[in-house]
Amino acid sequence: MTTKMFGTKVQRVEDQRLLRGQGRYVDDVGVGAFPGMLHAAVLRSPHAHARIVDIDVADVLDVEGVHAVWTHEDLADAMAEPLPLLIPHDALTHGRTQYALARDEVNYVGEAIAFVVADDRYLAEDAVERIRVTYDFLPAVVGIEAARAATHLVHDDVPGNVGARLDQHVGDAPAAVAAAPHRLELDLTIERSACTPLEGRGTVARWDPDTSRLQVWTSTQTSTGVRAAVAAKLGLDLGQVDVITPDVGGGFGVKINHPWPEELLVPLAAKALGRPVKFTEDRREHFISSAHERGQVHHVEVGFDDDGRLLGLDVEFWHDHGAYSPYGLIVPIITSTQLLGPYKPDNYRVRFESLYTNTVIVTPYRGAGRPQGCYVMERTMDAIAAHLGKDRAEVRAANFIQPDEFPYDHQMVFQDGRPLIYDSGDYPTMLEKIKALVGWDDFETVRAEAAAEGRRLGIGLACYVEGTGVGPYEGAHVHIETSGRVKVATGLTSQGQGHQTVFAQLVADVLGVPFEDVDVVTGDTRRMPYAVGTFASRAAVMSGSAIHLAATRAKEKVLRIAADALEADEDDLELVDGEVRVKGAPGSSMSLGTVAVLSNPLRYAFDEASKSATQFSVGDPGRPPVAEDDEPGLEGKDFYSPERSTFASGMHAAIVETDPVTAEVRILQYAVVHDCGHIINPMIVEGQIHGGVAQGIGGALYERMVYDASGQLLNASFMDFLMPYVTEVPDGIDIDHLETPSPLNPLGLKGAGEAGVIPSSAVFAAAIEDAEGFPVTAMPISPSELFELRRQHASQPASQGPAPEEQS
Amino acid sequence: MPEELHDVSLRVNGITREVQVPGRRLLSDALRHDLALTGTHVGCEHGVCGACTVLVDGRPVRSCLMLAVSADGTEVTTVEGLGEPDGGLGPVQQAFSECHGLQCGFCTPGFLTTITAGLRENPCPTHDEARDMIAGNLCRCTGYQNIVRAVERASELIAEGDVVGEGERA
Amino acid sequence: MKPAPFAYRRPTTLEEALAVLAESPDAKVLAGGQSLVPLLSMRLAAPALLVDINRLPDLDHVTATADGVRVGALARHADVLASAEARACQPLVALALGNVAHATIRNRGTTVGSLVHADAAAEMPVVLRLLGGSVDVASASGRRTIAADDLFLGPLESSLRPDEIALEAFFPALAPGAGVGFEEVARRHGDYAMCGVAGLVRVAGGRVVEARAGYLSVSDVPTVVDLTDSLADGVTDASLAAAGEAALADLDPQEDIHAAADYRAMLVRHLTGRVLRAAHAHATDERGEPDHA
Repeated sequence: MTTKMFGTKVQRVEDQRLLRGQGRYVDDVGVGAFPGMLHAAVLRSPHAHARIVDIDVADVLDVEGVHAVWTHEDLADAMAEPLPLLIPHDALTHGRTQYALARDEVNYVGEAIAFVVADDRYLAEDAVERIRVTYDFLPAVVGIEAARAATHLVHDDVPGNVGARLDQHVGDAPAAVAAAPHRLELDLTIERSACTPLEGRGTVARWDPDTSRLQVWTSTQTSTGVRAAVAAKLGLDLGQVDVITPDVGGGFGVKINHPWPEELLVPLAAKALGRPVKFTEDRREHFISSAHERGQVHHVEVGFDDDGRLLGLDVEFWHDHGAYSPYGLIVPIITSTQLLGPYKPDNYRVRFESLYTNTVIVTPYRGAGRPQGCYVMERTMDAIAAHLGKDRAEVRAANFIQPDEFPYDHQMVFQDGRPLIYDSGDYPTMLEKIKALVGWDDFETVRAEAAAEGRRLGIGLACYVEGTGVGPYEGAHVHIETSGRVKVATGLTSQGQGHQTVFAQLVADVLGVPFEDVDVVTGDTRRMPYAVGTFASRAAVMSGSAIHLAATRAKEKVLRIAADALEADEDDLELVDGEVRVKGAPGSSMSLGTVAVLSNPLRYAFDEASKSATQFSVGDPGRPPVAEDDEPGLEGKDFYSPERSTFASGMHAAIVETDPVTAEVRILQYAVVHDCGHIINPMIVEGQIHGGVAQGIGGALYERMVYDASGQLLNASFMDFLMPYVTEVPDGIDIDHLETPSPLNPLGLKGAGEAGVIPSSAVFAAAIEDAEGFPVTAMPISPSELFELRRQHASQPASQGPAPEEQS
Repeated sequence: MPEELHDVSLRVNGITREVQVPGRRLLSDALRHDLALTGTHVGCEHGVCGACTVLVDGRPVRSCLMLAVSADGTEVTTVEGLGEPDGGLGPVQQAFSECHGLQCGFCTPGFLTTITAGLRENPCPTHDEARDMIAGNLCRCTGYQNIVRAVERASELIAEGDVVGEGERA
Repeated sequence: MKPAPFAYRRPTTLEEALAVLAESPDAKVLAGGQSLVPLLSMRLAAPALLVDINRLPDLDHVTATADGVRVGALARHADVLASAEARACQPLVALALGNVAHATIRNRGTTVGSLVHADAAAEMPVVLRLLGGSVDVASASGRRTIAADDLFLGPLESSLRPDEIALEAFFPALAPGAGVGFEEVARRHGDYAMCGVAGLVRVAGGRVVEARAGYLSVSDVPTVVDLTDSLADGVTDASLAAAGEAALADLDPQEDIHAAADYRAMLVRHLTGRVLRAAHAHATDERGEPDHA
């Protein structure tokens, strides 16, 4: 009997190759297989803001082994135009994108200027060193403050450095705040960070002159996006371009942006030179020429009643967009909408400005604006509790959307252009669970015991709601081969989430085949040319649903053919262990492989089994072998395109100890309650949470992008960009689940990928604040900064909890 | 002027391999690109992330911080050499699979080599020692929780009958 | 991030190595390479010639005598750390080595290489200086011994001449009545410290007759401060605090991206007290291990 796979901790099929060193990442492509493959290196701007007066490449081709060099001058037609603005928005009145190679101005350290192709990367770097560029220096705009001041402009034609202004409101927040019995103002800052997957970007391309076709392997979160962009930029038909996503060594958002200059230049070079070309980004390049996120400054005005219930919430924030805006306004729009979390302020206004700076571009990083929004709202909740002298959990509970209020319409527009309507959830139950898990109600005892030993403890809590599974669609193709094996393709890509495993679980359940008999391919445009990509915790929801639907279609066909062949009613059939059986009639069955044989009327047999599908063996001579409304083959294809997103939720709590002298922060306990609807594979979901939490700890306590005033990134290495080792993460993360299924998709799924990272800054700011007794309003926070805060507050009387300014 | 090439002879995963490389060629690049052993990954090329860790004469070493020519005459074990002779997973690999100790898999080879050597030196680590064993390797996906479990599970698997590195054809 | 081209020689005798260095003004010596190779890959260093000394004979020793610990140029940090004799002879060496990067780096990196790399953020230079050790170096024109006080000239600058190879480091043994301690505060475990302190206290007749501390990451060169006066009247909270203040008077902690100058100054005060207290405890408990806390 085939056991149900959904909901079980199935070991990953990916592991077999990855653990043997047989994964195939983009830098592995072609090794030992593509003779004559060439390697690229890029000359990048060492200056944050300058006009390019002259580029002298005369010495480059003298380097033995160098084949070609490109600058903007060498680009033509669409390649000479700016890169696409991927997600236009009416509010993005001054969208700007860079050129594949800088034309006459560079706007950040790291911007691509010239592209060199040589026999190997060593020689390519030698050649890059020989390019001489004459610059006319311009003043650099670094940081939100400088951008707002607009003393200097990043782009001459963008007044005030403002790329976009967006305003959304429900009710009349300013009036509600003004009329509220209690009012507070808060200023809250989050700094820049970045995804920093262990594998950087990379692209390999091969041009086949015989068929005029281009094959591109790229480490991306959207193979179809890259395909469309490459075809458009190189002037090729879509049908001439295949994009294959190999194993990807982590993405976390940065690889959803596309096309990167190299994703176009590598194919261009491969076509021009007639040889395979590879570009593999190195670590320094990843810091200065991919993308960052998180940098925002927020101002909150909130009005509330005696119970801490929100009456009006008025938020304004400034988003550091970096030098260009290829990914549109997704990050700040998500902040502005997801800030609401599980709460329902009666009156809400949010306004933001997206500002250009002479720094690396900003595109989504796991959480994508939600960590900032959660931080703003949760800091506000803590401030309200402190102001009223109330329990922080109680204030939150007073503001929750209740379980009987779903679907809950916030009357706002979400990042997908659709209404912000929460589909399901149970926040009061979740709060009880997290309180129990972290020991919220017992904490004062714990704190007092520690204090008696001279130790300083604090506890923090943060809640979030995460719109997951955004559209427009994903699709899937399920093909049952005559061997009985099932081949599944979906177009979005995988970066370690275990898609090959969880999708196989879904198919095994629908088709009643052994899990081992299902092979899943992702991110290969040859197998599934219609797809969107992997972002916004959407893979399980979107492709999972599409695969379920496609497998169901295949199942329908299996039943139809088998019913005919077994002379039984479809309703009497069941799919078990790779067979179609007549219920209650042992011996009356046929294998799926046989059904597959029968599904494809043949003229030519190719093996023993296929003889039964040839023309003298099968079929009614009075009817066409393939019916008018049918197709040969045992396949199912379908697409899932939901009306709107589904909303996962979670609550995290942490207990920290702050060293009274060195101000080092130690995490004593970290607890997570998580609701992603029905869970396909709990092992994988917990793994996603673990990783998110660790990444969140990095973002809250260790990682930041340190720019100097001239726009140099001072910590562009793993020496100084402090990603946590095991020594920086807690020993054990307590996890509890809640499952409120989504009514929007057939399996009740919600996304899980980003969740773990969303509330970290909010949780740690709260816990540190609780330990220290003064407000923490800027994250991340280092021991040095906490020490400085202590000094600032030493002269002031200690107070429990935050003490933001009360509006007079 | 073409670069001078140096003859380098290595025993990699038990097999003697000869390559000619310029002095500046990093061991990581020689393994990956000259010997096509792409299981060893390069994550930072400045010795911090540990993805490129291989065993040189039995000791974990960053292959991005070693010149290929300096490795001449050494015995090198890469992730490709950690499996059982019959093609099965070695104990550390098996433990990673059972404990979900990997997600994207990019950092994994460095962890596997490091832990293989670590358990050879200390077959029954305490929980703290298990954490310490992986303290020099970065992983961006797993939050390390399941990697620590995998160290402990690998220790059990070894105690149950395997020997660390039995599969290593070294 | 690939090194620029260089010529490569791997001599098998010291004479050959020194001869090559003597005729190559733009050469670098490669031992463990854990600091040099990243600099090469980032093209922050681009020597014309690399002289790999890993095949030189008789340089991988770690020997302990009554005088002290002698560490050959090819002894890896891990070998020094593993030597029970070295630990017994001068416990500070192992105490500090446990803080050097991560185990994998210590497997390849050499202690002598770390000394002559002269990084003021590294552990071993300051230990050598605190202990009054030395480095033996050789060139084609002869050998000399460089006292630790004369070794460190500036940031990443030692007094080794380009034609010289460091052959051996000498860490003097723990004197009778002496104790040591080492502590550092780093952002992440294994990182370069924001501040680190190595301490040595010698007690005679129940009194502190010598108290000195060495500091890493708080000045351009590894710096040792004599704090005997502060502890002359005994080891108390007050005298330890005074020692911290006295140390700061001789140091000028600077800001970097990980720590403000004031924070570093606080760490100097704090760690000075802790380390001297531990060293004093070690000194007064003859069979005790130095405090690892």
